[in-house]
Amino acid sequence: MRFELMASEAPISCSIVVESKPSAVVEVCKQILPKLEANSFGKDDIFAVHLTLEEAFLNAVKHGNKMDPNKKVKVDYSVDSDKVEICITDEGNGFQPDAVADPRFGEGLYEPGGRGLLLMNSYMDTVKYNERGNSVYMLRYKEKPHLTRGPSNTETEI
Amino acid sequence: MTAIKPMISVEYTGNATIVKFTDERILEEKDIKALQDSIMPIIETASGRINLILDFGNVRFLSSAVLGLLIRISKRIYEYDGQLRLCSINPKIYEIFKITRLTKTFDIYENIEGAIEDLS
Repeated sequence: MRFELMASEAPISCSIVVESKPSAVVEVCKQILPKLEANSFGKDDIFAVHLTLEEAFLNAVKHGNKMDPNKKVKVDYSVDSDKVEICITDEGNGFQPDAVADPRFGEGLYEPGGRGLLLMNSYMDTVKYNERGNSVYMLRYKEKPHLTRGPSNTETEI
Repeated sequence: MTAIKPMISVEYTGNATIVKFTDERILEEKDIKALQDSIMPIIETASGRINLILDFGNVRFLSSAVLGLLIRISKRIYEYDGQLRLCSINPKIYEIFKITRLTKTFDIYENIEGAIEDLS
């Protein structure tokens, strides 16, 4: 098994290697999402990270490892009170993200697939790939709380 | 109302066929395939052109694979000269439709009443 990570960017606090099958994302989510809750991430953050995990993991299994049951997917992650970092690496040959057509325009709008990368880019603050294209690093900062009204009914800046 | 598998319920009202997703989360490929296998025959066996309304009222989470299913449904409905409307989409999920610009492709209504209105 050979995983090429972006050594300088792969979050190193936690690391798991799971089977390369779509349902294994459940195990990944079970590990990461409770840590977001424990660090007081809001519902929007958790929704965003959950969706991103689903999309990125399925890409790794389907397009990276080509549904090969003998391959694995490695997930490195780190969650603190300010941000979550996730790095998902497959054992495939990689791809060139710039070569993927934008599904929002032209024929792409009517294609059934090709929206996963767009959603990952939209819901995370940073999305980067290693040179080989088999490892994606994603970062999302915690949403700041909305402005709320204080007891005297004046706006309180947080 | 007829229950088809655990994933959808189907209701026929006036000239509309309302398919309601019963699950909160639609994620796994096998579930999406099951949905496709349930919904496509409804379109294909309808007597005359179908007015299909997909009700997302119960759905709180979905992946881009579901969007792919919707595109396939919409193409099939087009082939059968029918009409497709979506309704009751949770704000977080509506955001996914906006990001992907599918709000330009699908007719989306706030609720079932709005979706039924003016159906020809």
